[in-house]
Amino acid sequence: MPKKKILISGNEAIAEGALQAGCSFYAGYPITPQNELIAYMAQYMPKTGGVFIQAESELAAINMVYGASAAGARAMTSSSSPGISLKQEGISYIAGAELPAVIVNIMRGGPGLGNIAPAQSDYFQATRGGGHGDYHTIVLAPGSVQEAYDLAQTSFYLADKYRMPVMILGDGILGQMMEPILVSHKSPAANRHNKQKPWALSGCKGRKPNIIKSFALAEGALEELNLKLQRKYKVIKNKESRFENLFLDDAKVVLVAYGTMARIAKSALGRLRLAGKKIGLIRPITLWPFPERAFCLRNKRIKYLVIEMSYGQMLEDVRLTVNGKAGVEFLGRSGGGVPSEEEIINKVKKIL
Amino acid sequence: MEKIFFRPEALYDVPTHYCPGCGHGIVHRLVAQVIDQLGIREKTIGIAPVGCAVVAYDYWNFDCSEAAHGRALAVATAIKRVRPQNIVFTYQGDGDLAAIGTNETIHAASRGENLTVIFINNAVYGMTGGQMAPTTLLGQKTSTTIDGRDREKHGYPLKISEMLALLPGVYYIERVSLHNPQEVLKTKRAIRQAFENQINNSGFSLVEILSPCPTCWGLNPKESLDWIRDYMQKEFPLGRIK
Repeated sequence: MPKKKILISGNEAIAEGALQAGCSFYAGYPITPQNELIAYMAQYMPKTGGVFIQAESELAAINMVYGASAAGARAMTSSSSPGISLKQEGISYIAGAELPAVIVNIMRGGPGLGNIAPAQSDYFQATRGGGHGDYHTIVLAPGSVQEAYDLAQTSFYLADKYRMPVMILGDGILGQMMEPILVSHKSPAANRHNKQKPWALSGCKGRKPNIIKSFALAEGALEELNLKLQRKYKVIKNKESRFENLFLDDAKVVLVAYGTMARIAKSALGRLRLAGKKIGLIRPITLWPFPERAFCLRNKRIKYLVIEMSYGQMLEDVRLTVNGKAGVEFLGRSGGGVPSEEEIINKVKKIL
Repeated sequence: MEKIFFRPEALYDVPTHYCPGCGHGIVHRLVAQVIDQLGIREKTIGIAPVGCAVVAYDYWNFDCSEAAHGRALAVATAIKRVRPQNIVFTYQGDGDLAAIGTNETIHAASRGENLTVIFINNAVYGMTGGQMAPTTLLGQKTSTTIDGRDREKHGYPLKISEMLALLPGVYYIERVSLHNPQEVLKTKRAIRQAFENQINNSGFSLVEILSPCPTCWGLNPKESLDWIRDYMQKEFPLGRIK
């Protein structure tokens, strides 16, 4: 496939990746640090023949995504932490109605209004469903602008395949940072292959009426829906976990970090390796499903060091995964604090 | 003998779950009749609200979507923008449209979305057992205004149709009632007008329907119709608003 190289921010790369994936509907509401994404969509979505709406609220935006998806479009919204909290009711409805949709969270510091600095403190919200009810979203955590572009396309594929919401979870650094990336030369509309969605609302000509809903009042009906969702989640857990690993063969300490934090961890890892330290790294790319298979539990001398821009959220998934079979250490800062290479190196030296 | 009154094709032949004397059944039928008469059943997409009419799709023989409480017009906006060739309408109660969903209502109207809105005003939250609605009359007793709605404690009934009429994006608003057969016929004409407006790409059209809720009003069905005539339509005057 012909490719061209462009310099672009993470926010814009997600938007461009979505357009390449055939996203034909975007609704959003301004919030820092993801404003480049909505601006990119405002400029380029209409040029591809798609629909762009600046919604009156985060609630309206996510419910517009619900409607567009119900009508068969590949639909997306984006926001940052406080805005994503507002969208949770809608995400729960999308999960319950089994609609495909892509939601981007470019995380900022919390709780409350917090600040606009990068953070990873929405991990629990993203990986545990976030809204009411027993549901999950697939959560993809890009670690570079190129990967943000690539995973934006993957997210629509997964959302359609499993008919469920998919979240792209980045942070303010990833969203704002510009990097050169390779993008497809193809016209975005060429990818809008209008895959048949026989369940979508299009008017009932020649078929029985379609109903999009999450309401299941009859006795047992809601339990049945939940069991169906659980069966789907089991398949996803088995098939869709993704991760990157480095130097696991001889590592005594394995750093575990995702997104921007993994980039800083990689820099620390490079310096530690140059100094002869046996350090490895696991970078989860899917946060849900959590890539449990990346963790080798046969070698009891390995210690895992979880590093996050939070006070220990992914830490819980690592602990659940190793289940007491290996040591787990933690380094984290939040509220705009970002663990530095030096802090990581010092922590590793203490563990060694 | 010639049969002149039929069940519309757009309405399923199923038992009703609504209370005796409730207005929803009448309006469901009127919507279905209009859709049949305009020949648009196969391209219509309805949005059911949260409230007593949450299962409106169990009665209507065309594509439908549920919407979260208050969000029907956000959902409808997107469906219509994605599929402008389809006919899209919302069916919403007073709590849905004029309390929790006021923002979506005002902004869909302000954008001038080419949609049809069927707005059931029964001055009470029916499904949850009769709490104060934004349209509850002053003095009206509900489970959350046990001594009657008091302007100092609870504020005034919200006349959202009059508010919406101020917006340049709004094409048509009419308030009608179900309190006698003549008014029901006027209601049907208004619903038809609101759908024709969408077919003609005229823009945002809303029909507010004063509708009886005998169960939550503590009145029998006949008394409920009289209460609309004697009290409710004084606060919410009937006729073309825009």
